[in-house]
Amino acid sequence: MVERGNKMTRQANIIYVNGPVVKANHMEDFMVREMVMVGEKKLIGEIISLEKGLGTIQVYEETSGLRIGEKVQGTERPLSLKLGPGIIGNIFDGIERPLSKIYEKGFKFIPEGMGLVSIDERKSWDVEIMVKPGNILKPGRIFANVQETSMVVHKIMVPPGIKGKVVSAVKSGSYTISDTLAVLNEDGKKCELKMCQEWPIRQPRPVAQRMPIEKLLVTGQRVIDTFFPLAKGGTAGIPGGFGTGKTITQHQLAKWSDADIIVYIGCGERGNEMTEVLEDFPKLKDPNTNNPLMDRTVLIANTSNMPVAAREASIYTGITIAEYFRDMGYNVAVMADSTSRWAEALREIAGRLEEMPAEEGYPAYLASRLAEFYERAGYFKNLNGTEGSITVIGAVSPAGGDFSEPVTQSTKRIVGAFLALDRELAHARHFPSINWLSSYSGYISMLRDWFKQNIASDMIKLRSKMMKILQEENKLMDIVKLVGEDVLPDDQRVILEIARIIKIGYLQQNAYHPQDFYTDLPRQYSMLKVIGKLYDRAYSCVKKGIPLSKIKNEKLFSDIIMMKYNAAKEKSKLFPELINRIDHYYDSIESMYKEGRINES
Amino acid sequence: MKVKYLKIDKAEGPLLVMEEVKDAVYDEIVDIEISGKEHRIGKVVQIDRGKVIIQVFQGTSGISLNDVSVIFSGKPMEISLSKEILGRVFNGTGSPIDGAGEIYSNKNYNINGRPMNPVARLYPRNHIQTGISSIDGLLTLIRGQKLPIFSGDGLPHNQLAAQIVKQARITGEETANFAVVFVAMGIKHDEADFFRKVFEETGVMDRVVMFLNLADDPVMERIITPRCALTAAEYLAFECDMHVLVIMTDITSYCEALREISSAREEVPSRKGYPGYLYSDLANLYERAGMLKDCKGSITQIAILTMPNDDITHPVPDLTGYITEGQIVLNRSLYQMGIYPPINVLPSLSRLMKDGIGKEYTREDHPNVANQVFSAYSKVQEVRALAQIIGEDELSETDRKYMEFGRQFEERFSKQDFEENRDISQTLDLMWELLRILPEQELTRIDPSLAKKYLRK
Ligand SMILES: Nc1ncnc2c1ncn2[C@@H]1O[C@H](COP(=O)(O)OP(=O)(O)OP(=O)(O)O)[C@@H](O)[C@H]1O
Ligand SMILES: [Mg+2]
Repeated sequence: MVERGNKMTRQANIIYVNGPVVKANHMEDFMVREMVMVGEKKLIGEIISLEKGLGTIQVYEETSGLRIGEKVQGTERPLSLKLGPGIIGNIFDGIERPLSKIYEKGFKFIPEGMGLVSIDERKSWDVEIMVKPGNILKPGRIFANVQETSMVVHKIMVPPGIKGKVVSAVKSGSYTISDTLAVLNEDGKKCELKMCQEWPIRQPRPVAQRMPIEKLLVTGQRVIDTFFPLAKGGTAGIPGGFGTGKTITQHQLAKWSDADIIVYIGCGERGNEMTEVLEDFPKLKDPNTNNPLMDRTVLIANTSNMPVAAREASIYTGITIAEYFRDMGYNVAVMADSTSRWAEALREIAGRLEEMPAEEGYPAYLASRLAEFYERAGYFKNLNGTEGSITVIGAVSPAGGDFSEPVTQSTKRIVGAFLALDRELAHARHFPSINWLSSYSGYISMLRDWFKQNIASDMIKLRSKMMKILQEENKLMDIVKLVGEDVLPDDQRVILEIARIIKIGYLQQNAYHPQDFYTDLPRQYSMLKVIGKLYDRAYSCVKKGIPLSKIKNEKLFSDIIMMKYNAAKEKSKLFPELINRIDHYYDSIESMYKEGRINES
Repeated sequence: MKVKYLKIDKAEGPLLVMEEVKDAVYDEIVDIEISGKEHRIGKVVQIDRGKVIIQVFQGTSGISLNDVSVIFSGKPMEISLSKEILGRVFNGTGSPIDGAGEIYSNKNYNINGRPMNPVARLYPRNHIQTGISSIDGLLTLIRGQKLPIFSGDGLPHNQLAAQIVKQARITGEETANFAVVFVAMGIKHDEADFFRKVFEETGVMDRVVMFLNLADDPVMERIITPRCALTAAEYLAFECDMHVLVIMTDITSYCEALREISSAREEVPSRKGYPGYLYSDLANLYERAGMLKDCKGSITQIAILTMPNDDITHPVPDLTGYITEGQIVLNRSLYQMGIYPPINVLPSLSRLMKDGIGKEYTREDHPNVANQVFSAYSKVQEVRALAQIIGEDELSETDRKYMEFGRQFEERFSKQDFEENRDISQTLDLMWELLRILPEQELTRIDPSLAKKYLRK
């Protein structure tokens, strides 16, 4: 930390207030990005610029009631988070103040001036100490373990930048986050290690190196896993107009994806959506461990009516927490709903600062800030040698549902997967309303080996086959819309029929259906096999001149469409049975045809 | 602490500028006395050293720079509330205008409210039966929800809102705790009278609180009107345990007032001249709906907005849709076909519906049948487009059945009399009846067990 001269000169006074932007004079001794306390209510703020004695401050709380002349106090450190046990299962505001703690104090409504509270300092944790005096510890080294929740072992690490020889260490036992667990000595300088550490939110935590992306983030959502897969360490954008399903998709990923830790950032969205997570997640069980899903989840909430400056900070708070858990060797998935609200917060603050607006009033640095944020995702080798990843999935809420606006466009340039939600599909209640023609995933080639090793060697081939049918159908639909389906030849109509099965029976997935909400990959593969089989047999029958009316067996087709609802119950038998039925049926009509028992009518 | 100033330096549009003010408080309310008689209300919107910018809710016309006195209150705007507000009528800034005197209470409330702590919220799950099939069947209204009506000029949004007020049923024992807060922003006198009449006829007048900023009232007052009203609603819901239905109309006028202020302050505009903070500003109204764990009451909001040019991508409906928990979209061509209420269910949505319907709440078949009716009606649109080109006679047999389904859906299900009150099982049965028009293999969203029980009965 920079030593400063006479601290007594740090006496700044407010001279300007405009929404979340406050200016104060006599700020010569403050530093840019320093956290400050503004006014009598000690509102938390951050200095965004200094010019001569004049400092401009972004205030994270409601500025209503601030008076000219009130004091601004420095804290001599940048806006930072306290990182330690007590984060998981909790809900924080945009600058890591614990909302449940505040509720327990009797605040049903967010009070003005909450002060600097963070994770619980009084709670005791059972700590397993893993070092002895004499051990040499490097930055990032895990020196203790705490079972934070049923699903998460919180690994206590030496903070980045700190190293040395252990001179003393406590015994395993019960401690709070402010107790000293060990003391390090480096060249005569002593350093105390505690269960928690602080880290500035705007600075990425250091890693040893970036690693290639090659593992699937399994979500159980068929259209995503099969068609537009996400990768551990990858990034994805989910743009869509209101009501198209961004939040539900994010919730599905938060619930069922196979990450170790979920950081869910409600950035300028609805209060009830946060409440829903708080009510549902503790009741939902992780399919693998049977533990409550809340036990791996952290919520950051800046609802749309909470102060806008804290909205800007909330995504950095979220990603810093993610990096901290990544450093322990975990795969972390970050959901940010919605990055557009973050961008709008940026715009609002820029506007109040009278900065030159670029496109649609957004500041010129929108794209670079967005890129910096997504850049914090990746698959990494950590300082302590473990491997961990951060996957970032950001919702985008384009104004008027028009994807040509700056936030969608900038996001599209950065992210590896783009799940475009479609208003037409949503209105038709085709959910998830991910448009299969305009979405893409850049991870398919990186995941090719993963699919081969973990699922089947022909999984990607099957995907391409289905994709081709869908694209073909799209072309044919242009004709159908003009003249109707009946004029098409049977070999084209069969494509329409199969595409219908893919759309209704595979792409559509009801998040609320007890059987349908999650499909594991082996079952996704089996379903694809069934549809692929049906297509092959039906198509070859058409080529043999058998009329479509005979090929389209209503019962068989509808059982295939419905297989998603029945797959769970009869896990092992359903798919081979369907394959058998397909073979059986087409064998029989083919032989009837050979014998001339089917006429061309 | 009250400080009085006798000089202002600039008056323009809705803004006053004063130099050399000491001690101003951001967001405080000021009282502006003109020529010793008329009083106006202003709010400090920016402080820059001694220079203070004040937004005047009644505008600055008629203000001279010297013959005024400005008193700084040091406090944000507050209103006093007690249960006596029930049955009363207030103007847009919260003063009684029904001649029945002031509200006496020692409890004053900051009209800006505070954001609800998400931890304190209770997720809304109880449905409100409105007796309107399109809503109950497909867009179920949930107690504590914010569900706006997206309308257009000349469409019957007022009737629809009134019918909801008339027919809304919350479970028996709690009907006594029901209250309506009605907020008018820039609507015409006859529209306000229409609502008043409905409230009287329904016999709820003594449970209604009205806040009126009508078309000929000062435009800037509109910015305070919903805040006063929602403060009253919060008081009734969370201190008096009442179930409050808030009707706000017309949000578009509210947004126009906001745009006017923003442009007077020379702020960088975003779309269509509306300020970049329109989203957050609207959220400050809409997010005041909901329920709290420790309170018995609830606030359900039905905001009405008219879409300029019937354009749903216009910033007002667009940003509203991004904040509210769904929307009920009225459609002009349905209305011209004589369908009342002209609700187009396809772009409409009730997001909280999923948690308030089904076995425990309405009927076990509700989620399934609603899902299927939606998807069938959306297929109708495709078929109609095709029929326009090739003619209905050329359609396949299945498609012809869809045409029939579409007709009956609109004529028998959507269409409903202003006085007609259908209960939920009637609505659900009607949905099954419509589905029977279609071949069974088209009904891919119906669970086989439900099909057995309801479809083929
Ligand atoms: N996978 C799904 N299964 C079933 N229903 C869904 C699914 N996805 C979305 N929906 C439906 O769509 C509605 C809107 O979804 P959601 O709230 O996620 O929209 P959104 O894109 O987040 O909108 P906004 O931008 O306004 O927040 C849900 O309430 C639900 O009814
Ligand atoms: Mg959403």
